[in-house]
Formats: sequence, C-alpha cells, structure tokens
Amino acid sequence: MRSYLDFEKPVAELEAKIEELRALEGGDAGVSVGDELHRLETRAAQTLQDLYEDLTPWQKTQVARHPQRPHCIDYVSALVTEFTPFAGDRAFGDDDAIIGGFGRFGGESICILGHEKGSTTEARIKHNFGMAKPEGYRKAVRLMRMADRFGIPVISLVDTAGAYPGIGAEERGQAEAIARSTATCLELGVPNVAVILGEGGSGGAIAIATANRVLMLEHAVYSVISPEGAASILWRDTTKAQDAATNMKITAQDLIRFGVIDSIVPEPMGGAHRDPAGTIAATGEAITAAFKALAHLDRDAIRRQRREKFLAIGRTLG
Amino acid sequence: MNWLTNVVRPKIRSFLRREVPENLWVKCPETGQMVFHKDLEANQFVIPGSNYHMRMGAATRLKSLFDGGVFEEIALPEVAVDPLKFRDERRYTDRLKDARTKTGMQDAIKVGYGTLDELPVVATVQDFDFMGGSLGMAAGEALIRGFETAVEKATPFILFASSGGARMQEGILSLMQMPRTTVGVEMLKDAGLPYIVVLTNPTTGGVTASYAMLGDIHIAEPGALIGFAGPRVIEQTIREKLPDGFQRAEYLREHGMVDMVVHRHDMRATLSRLARIMTKAPAATNAHDIPASPLPVPAEQPPAMAGFTP
Repeated sequence: MRSYLDFEKPVAELEAKIEELRALEGGDAGVSVGDELHRLETRAAQTLQDLYEDLTPWQKTQVARHPQRPHCIDYVSALVTEFTPFAGDRAFGDDDAIIGGFGRFGGESICILGHEKGSTTEARIKHNFGMAKPEGYRKAVRLMRMADRFGIPVISLVDTAGAYPGIGAEERGQAEAIARSTATCLELGVPNVAVILGEGGSGGAIAIATANRVLMLEHAVYSVISPEGAASILWRDTTKAQDAATNMKITAQDLIRFGVIDSIVPEPMGGAHRDPAGTIAATGEAITAAFKALAHLDRDAIRRQRREKFLAIGRTLG
Repeated sequence: MNWLTNVVRPKIRSFLRREVPENLWVKCPETGQMVFHKDLEANQFVIPGSNYHMRMGAATRLKSLFDGGVFEEIALPEVAVDPLKFRDERRYTDRLKDARTKTGMQDAIKVGYGTLDELPVVATVQDFDFMGGSLGMAAGEALIRGFETAVEKATPFILFASSGGARMQEGILSLMQMPRTTVGVEMLKDAGLPYIVVLTNPTTGGVTASYAMLGDIHIAEPGALIGFAGPRVIEQTIREKLPDGFQRAEYLREHGMVDMVVHRHDMRATLSRLARIMTKAPAATNAHDIPASPLPVPAEQPPAMAGFTP
C-alpha cells in the first residue's frame, strides 16, 4: 500500500480509480477498460508531474520525511557488498540511530555510516527515529578514524531530524560528541562523501556531513533547525512551519545556489519512494563520480580541499 | 519612558544608556538582592552576596583579561548581510540594526590581542547581548580570524563563550559556521597552540556542538548553563522534570565535560597560569603588579565553591 501525503490527494484519487479499473479488467465481467485506464494513467502522471515540478519547501519537507522513502539501510544493502556492521563506541554503548561498518563499494573497500530512521514501528523505536545520542557520534568517530588509518574512503548517509535531546545524551556530552565528530571529518586524510538522503537536521547532520563532497537528493531538506522548531522559536507559533520552511531556504535547489552542497541527485517523478531501487542506483553513481573527482588528491590535499571548501562557504555571496 | 527619550534617535539612546548605569540598581536573578551597579562593576559583575555571575559584555571582559586593560582590537571581516532575506515576525535586518544600536557592536564577537601577565594571548569573546550571542556568518568569520591571529602571532587562544546557538535567521549558512569554526580550531591545533575555553552563562546549541567543546582545556564559570539542547526542548521531548542543577557548570564538571569550575575573581590568574604552563613559558613573577583592569579586584576570597548552588 502506498501512503500519500496531504498535498498528493489529487494523485491518490486518480490512482485509486486506476486500481479499481484494473481490478475490473482482471475480472471475468468482460468489461473493456483499456481506453479509460489509459486516460486515467496519463492524467495521474500529469498531475503528479505538475505537483512535483513545483513542490514548496514545506511539501519537500514532507517528501523528505515520507515513511516509505528509502532509508540508510536500504542504500547500504543495495550499494555495499560484504557489508559488515560494527557496533559500539568502546566507551559507553551502541546506538542504532547511527549504523556503520565496512564492506565493498564497486569492489573496493569502503567505510559507510549513516543515520537510520527505521521503516516499521518496531524499527523506528530500535533506531530512535534516527536521532543519535553521543555514543552514535562516537561510534562514527571510531569508524572514521579506523578508515583513515587503513586508507579506506568514507561514505556518510545523512537522514536525521537532529541529535536526540535527552537527559542521558546531555549527561554523556552530546555537544562534545557532535563537535568531535565534525572535527574528525575535517582531519580525515581519506576522501569522504556525504549524501543528504532525506532530512539534514542541524548539528546532528553536520557531525557526519563535513565532507569533501556533499550531495543531496532532489527533494531532501537540510537546515539549521526544523521548520517546526523555527516556527515555535522565531514566530512563537508552531502553525507557521510552512513560512519557516520557505524563509529558511532548506531545499537542495537553494543550497546549491549558496554553495553549501556540490550536486543534486535527481529523484524519480513523485519522489524517491516511488522508485527506491532507481533512486539508490542513481545515488550510487553520484557517489562514484564524487570519489572519482577526488582520486588525484593525496592525504594533505584531501584535508586541504575539505577545509578550503568549508571556509569558502558564504564568502562569495552578494 | 517620557516623550524626550522617545524622540531621541537610536544611536543617541545607546549613548545615553551607557551613561545611565551609574544610578542603577541591579537585581540578583537568584536571590532578588539589589546591588548598586557601580559595586557590581567593581566586583566583576559577580553579585557580592549570592556569588551569582552576571553576564559580562565583550569589551568589559577583554579589559578584565589583558594587562592594564589594554589590548589591540582585531579588525573583523565584513560578511554578506541577510543572504536569505529572512523575515519572521520582523525583518532580520531590523533585528540586526537594533542589536547594533543596543550594544554598539557590529556583531556578537570581539577579538583582542594583548598580554596576560606579559604573555601575548589572543582572546575572543561572545557577547550574549547581541542577539543572544548567536553564531552567524559574522561571528563565524570573527572566530576564524581569531584563530588565524593566534596562529600568526603564535599565542594561546582563549575563548569566552556565551551563546544561545546558531543564528536561525541565517539558516543553513549559520549551520555551516559549525564546520567552519572547527577548521579554525584545527588550524590552531596544527600549530601546536593551546586552546582554552571559558564557558559562561549560557552556552548552548550549535556553539557547544562545535568550537566551544573542542578546547584543550574547558573552564566553566559557576552556575553557567551549558548544554546542547535547551532545557525546555528536553522537557518537551521526554515530558519529565529535569534534575536539579542539570546542565549547570558543576554538573558538567561532575560528568567530565569541563576540567574546572572557576570563580570569576580567580579567572585571570587561572588563565595566566595555564597559558604559561601549556606554552612552557616561565612562571609569571610579577603577576601581582599588573592589575587586569583599572578596576580593583576585591581582596577577600570568594566563599568556597562547594557551597555554591546555581
């Protein structure tokens, strides 16, 4: 069953009709529905295209959070062979909100890590909805340092509403864990590529998104605070999330203009959840291309490129 | 406010504001005790009875650190103003204008270069009065310039942090100041220079989650609120009341996030000692001869820290 977002209602209605007709066609009533089916399918496709060609930032936020959107685990299992997950920060515990390990990408050794939101209720709870605690970031640091030591490139997949705000997380130094993870990204002598898959939520995202190349899916969002959070703080009105989403410039199309991201991975018409396999394959190709562009750089140059890239952000704006 | 104060232009109002405190009484946020502003100033903005550490402006803080209150203010880079054309209940440019009038500062950070017991140091201060000390492009560039200055002059870098976090009105560009300032920390680290962070009330959000928690040494002022998520956000998330003293300096000391909680009266001596030890400079012999600022520091010892409740 496909779940529809509020703004997709016109498409949902058309597609429901199509389903009904298909059921009739399959029956033995001998009804010919071919023409009508074709007409409806064309209309549904056109409606979907009209909607998705002009998504508002708030609609994109909803697409980015779509429950059926492919998540980190889907990317890892499709793109990485021999994937071997690692656990724990060697200090306190493990955190399933960030998964990570080593395997092969295009046949070569790779370190891959990312936020996992979970796709079923059970999984969402297990992965804490992709909101990591200090041990998650410290596991990321551990994996990145290991990758660096063995000269293995790093892929980070970003999909989080933000780092988890809780008593235990604060007690164990959430701020320090995030800061250290960002610093570790900057210290890597191996190339790293980050992809914003869905939500790039603030510090919890930047901790693993400080990369030589930052890619972003077409309908993903990346921001300093969620639209709801901004609405409640700046507008003192949680119903202003749409305004906040628009004002904050959180879309891939805005961010490439600001030089915050390097490239956009196109999504299938109607969003990644309509063709997960196609989206994941396109993302894999984009990652390969990103690594290729960095292949000629030695360790010092890799570090320098990353630092200079981030220092340059914002310096050339009007 | 009478008709006269209403009609004076904002710039003049800020000038007047600066003259007023002579006659002001300040209320201790903790005990409600009233303190004469001049006495508070003479006591480095620590309430004499309760030991509550009031916020200190950037200029005052720099003066209180450097020998004789003298330092070179480092020129800071200009940045693009309001790249997002942001508007919430008010225009961001209007908020900026107000903050500039109120504080007389261009943005939330000042960087000073001078000597501390004759040892050259670079110190950077965030002023909470400027839009909550928030980290935007200007503050990010100021910090980077601060780190660069320390590297150029081969001095320790001292940060007085105070901020509510990222400046939301600059959206993603404020978030980008987290990795950008971290590049600054890395430059200092590469140069082998010590980075001492003084966490003051309050320091939260993207600031703690980047440069403010990456110091070699973390010092906190008594009672300072320090954390990643604000207490309100946590309460709303977990729907529980937070434990007493949660996210206060002493709590962070207990949980291993800061090395020490230091009373403001002892701050200068502590920073001087550490800066010298970490750079292998000889001990200061004349520390007592060089007062921090023209203001006298009270001779009596502050009450033991153990008795301090935030």
